This record gives sequence, C-alpha cells and structure tokens, in this order.
Amino acid sequence: MRLNARAFSLVVNRLLIALVTLTIVLVAVFLATTLLPGDTATMLLGQAATPEAVAGLRQAMHLDDPAALRFLRWVFGLLHGDLGTSYANNLPIAQLISGRFVNSMKLAGLTSLLAVPIALTLGITSAMLRGSVYDRCVTVITIGVISVPEFMIATSAVLLFAVYLKWLPALSFANEVHSFSGMLRVYAMPVITLTFGVSAQMIRMTRAAVIETLDTPYVEMALLKGASRRRIVLRHALPNALGPIVNAMALSLSYLLGGVIIVETIFNYPGIAKLMVDAVATRDLPLIQSCAMIFCVGYLVLITMADIVSILSNPRLR
Amino acid sequence: MTMTPSPAPIATETNPAKSLAASRKPFGYRINAVGIIGLAVILAWALVALFAPLLIPHPVGEIVDFDYFGPMSDKLWLGSDYLGRDMLSRILMGARYTVGISLAAVTIACFSGVVLGMIAAVAGGWIDTVLSRFLDAMNSIPSKLFGLVVVAAVGSSIPVLVITLSVIYTPGAYRFARALAVNINAMDFITVARIRGENIFYIIRAEILPNITGPVLADLGLRFVFIVLLLSGLSFLGLGVQPPNADWGALVRENIGGLPFAAPAVIFPSLAIASLTISVNMLIDNLPKKIRDRSA
Repeated sequence: MRLNARAFSLVVNRLLIALVTLTIVLVAVFLATTLLPGDTATMLLGQAATPEAVAGLRQAMHLDDPAALRFLRWVFGLLHGDLGTSYANNLPIAQLISGRFVNSMKLAGLTSLLAVPIALTLGITSAMLRGSVYDRCVTVITIGVISVPEFMIATSAVLLFAVYLKWLPALSFANEVHSFSGMLRVYAMPVITLTFGVSAQMIRMTRAAVIETLDTPYVEMALLKGASRRRIVLRHALPNALGPIVNAMALSLSYLLGGVIIVETIFNYPGIAKLMVDAVATRDLPLIQSCAMIFCVGYLVLITMADIVSILSNPRLR
Repeated sequence: MTMTPSPAPIATETNPAKSLAASRKPFGYRINAVGIIGLAVILAWALVALFAPLLIPHPVGEIVDFDYFGPMSDKLWLGSDYLGRDMLSRILMGARYTVGISLAAVTIACFSGVVLGMIAAVAGGWIDTVLSRFLDAMNSIPSKLFGLVVVAAVGSSIPVLVITLSVIYTPGAYRFARALAVNINAMDFITVARIRGENIFYIIRAEILPNITGPVLADLGLRFVFIVLLLSGLSFLGLGVQPPNADWGALVRENIGGLPFAAPAVIFPSLAIASLTISVNMLIDNLPKKIRDRSA
C-alpha cells in the first residue's frame, strides 16, 4: 500500500492531535491529584508531627516548589521511567506496578483472543442474515449486555458458574497457578465477564460496518449480476468493511480499560486496576497518578490506532 | 442535598418533537408496544423516585430482620440486607439517588454540550477549532478513570458526583449537537436569517435549536443510560454515593457478601439498574425514525 501525500498528512495530523491530548491528560491528572485539600507532608507524618519535621519533609519532597516546576519534574521523571515512590509503603512505584501490569495484560490478552473471533463471527453472520430471528436474538442480547453495568455481568457469572453450577471458584488469585486446569479456574470468570462486555460492543459495531457496506451500490450490482450471498459478502463487502471493522475492534478493546477496573475488583484479581482502586482508598497519590497515566496512554494508543486504521483503509485516500 | 427528580425530562422525550409535528400532522407519531413498555417502566421509576418516602414499608435505616441476607418473604418482599434491613425500602429509596443524580448530571451535560455545540457550529472559525480540539481531548480520557481520579482528589459527595458525571459526558453531547447543527447551519433559511442581520443568539435559539430538538432529546436518553451505568460503577467501587445513603450501585457493593448464597439483596439492585437502562434503550430504539435522526 503506497501512501499518498494526503493520507500521510492526515496520519501525521492525527498523531499530533494524540500528542496534544496526551499533554492535556498529563496536566489534568497532575492537577486533579495536586489540588487536594490537605497537606501531603502532614498526612504522611500524622497528626503528632512537629512543625519542624513537616517542614523538613516538605523540603525533601520539593512540596514548596511552584506547581509548574513540580509538574515538569514529574513529567521528566515519567520520561526517564522514574515513577516516584508510593506514599503508603515507600516502595518505588515501578516495582509495585510491573508485576501487576503483566497480570492485567494477561487478562486483556486472553480476553482479546476470545472476544475478537466470537465478535467477528457473530457480527458478520448477523449482518448477513439481517432481519432474521438469529439477527434479532444477537441484537437483543448485545443491547442487553451493553445496557447493564459490568458488575452485573460479573455477579451473574458468579451466580451461574460458582453458585448454581459450582464449576468455578468465586474468587481468583493469579499467584497460585500451578497447572493448566488451575489457570483455567483462575482466569475463567474474569475473562468470561470481560469477553461478554467487549464482544457485545464489537458485535454491534462490526454488524453496523458490514451492513453499511452491504447497502452500497457495488454490492447491489454484485447481487444483480447473480453472485451468491457468500461471494457477495466475502469478496465484495468484507474487504471494504475491513477498515471500519478494525476500527471497531480497537474502539471496543478500549472498553477493556473500564471493564477491567470493575472485574479486577470484584474477582480480587491482582492487576493494575485493583492496585489503583486500592490506591484511591488509601489516597496514595503518586501511585494513582502513575496508574491513571498507564490507563490513559493505553486508551489513547487504542483510539489513535483506530483512527489511523480508518484513515489508511479509506480507498479514496490511496 | 435533596434532589427531587421530576419525571418531566424523560417523559417529554417525545413531546417537544411531537408538538412540533402535531402542527403539521394531526395524528402525531406512533410508538410501538416495546417503546410503550419502556416508557411505562421509566415513568414507574420516576414516580418511585419522587414518592419513595411515602412508598417504603420500613424506614431505610431500621433493622427489621434478625437474620442477615434473609430470603424473600411475605413480610420482607425482597429479603433483608447484610444488616437485616428491608431491601425493598432500600431499593425504593436508592431510586432517588440513581435517578436523581443521573438526571441532574445528564441535564447539565446535555445543556452545556448542546449550547457549546450550536455556538461552535454557527460561529465557526477559531471558536469552533479550539472548542472541538479541547473537548475531543477530554473525550479521550476513559470515563471511569476520570471519575476515579476526581473522586480520589476531592472526595465523594453528591454535588461532586453530579459535576464530575456532567463534565465527563459534555464532550459527547457537544460532538453530537455540533454535527447536527453544522448540517442545519448549511441550510438556506439560516443564510436568509444571516442576511436579515439576525445576531448569533437569535439564530441559535430560533433557527437551529427547534430543528435539532428531537435527536438531541434521543441522545439525552442514551447519555442518561451511560451516566446511570458509570454512577453505579463508581458506587460499586465505593466511590459514588456514600453511606448511610445508598444508590443501586452502592447497594450491590454493600451486599456483595451475599453473592455466594445468591441472596436477593445482591440480585435485586442490579435488576433495578438493568430495568431502568434497558427500558430507556427500548424507548429510544423504538422512537419514530423522524425524531431519532433528523440529520438523515
């Protein structure tokens, strides 16, 4: 695929926008966590701290510097991989996060592996059989899943698989995995829950993308010249719907970021979202900042990729 | 802060467009049975939210059952919660928080989003560019995360929740309204109004707004669903409505310990949320096409 100048400039433009957004997000996260009422040094040292100790700690933590300076120092730290130290247990945040990050990525990866094929199959077939009973069932179920909160999918999964069927444990701990069946038992419930949410989004978007392509004049032409339904969908419609579909995939995977917060909490899964929710409970600000940045960057990468794919797949720009 | 949610904004989902249409067509629009069911459930919850204190069989804080996570019975229709309080009363009162906060947030979000969107569309130029860039950037912060960070920073209270939720959903409303308004803005009667020398506020109020009301109200309904879901999610994480008050999400959180026993206390608040959000979706999906997308 040869990029022409226009598509290239659009992509560069999109990347620039992503960069601007990243800056706004950085400022927003910093401001939100700095504008806290209450003094960090006093909070750390407790009520009984002497004024001298508080002043000393303030100086050591550079809390008396102007906010702009602290912001720059924080950003430079992030760029050098220095995420700061947790208030709660004084460990370097990079160390706290790394293991959890891997756990969360495992969860996200497994979910994508499961969700993408399911969603593609259901989305494309329901678009092909538009208006049939099958299509209506798929539509009703996906709308149902989208319009209930994630924790309801999770609690329903627990009720079904753990309480009534007794197949799986209700809680999962990823550190105690010794065998394949053990892994299955630990990951099954969180992955099922996330897959439901992600696929529902993906199915709707895939279906919409394929239907839009099926409504175009060239598909009508293929129908008129007597091509089979299979051939119409596979040869004529799908290649053209590919861009929107990949776009839809990336957008729905960003749903993972929201879903994972609930799912890790409810199943006690030691991932990064659980770490962040716990950090919010203990008001461990540097930890919240770092986790928030990881989530925002992940989200930003996904939606930027979605946009770039849809630019590149637009045949008019080739 | 007591928020008495009026059923009006939801109930009139169809009305402004309807009355608009009624002047043209004597019979107005027809909504099919599924839409009617959705509307009925929404109205029912709105009434419950309004009159909850009169409806509850037991005071919300009173321990009426010596057993916790009690089953459904004649006396306690939906069983009891983790302290032995009446679940039915708590759900009915919870409707006030869930419906009230969401309604307030969605009203603010859509009002500011639509006003900004219309201004951007009509004014164009740098105002449009700056607003669009900024709000698009806001849009690329994951909503649940934004909620988490704000609540961590300023603590959770009902005004903070309303403002946070409305800030999160303003960019979406803006984008939607702007897209609609840009279409209308290209029409001849706008050009005529401009030539007449009308000012920008007249154009927005008298020419653009009446033409986008229907789709904007439908969009408000969908955004209401998102807000209910996000609010429930935050409350479920313990960052939303704080005890002793509880919305439906907080009720699920309180009683999550009853999950292994399949206690009604953990199932029914979820069902309440689902009934509300699915009904709104059902109503919006079955609105006559003319109300839903005027842009088409």
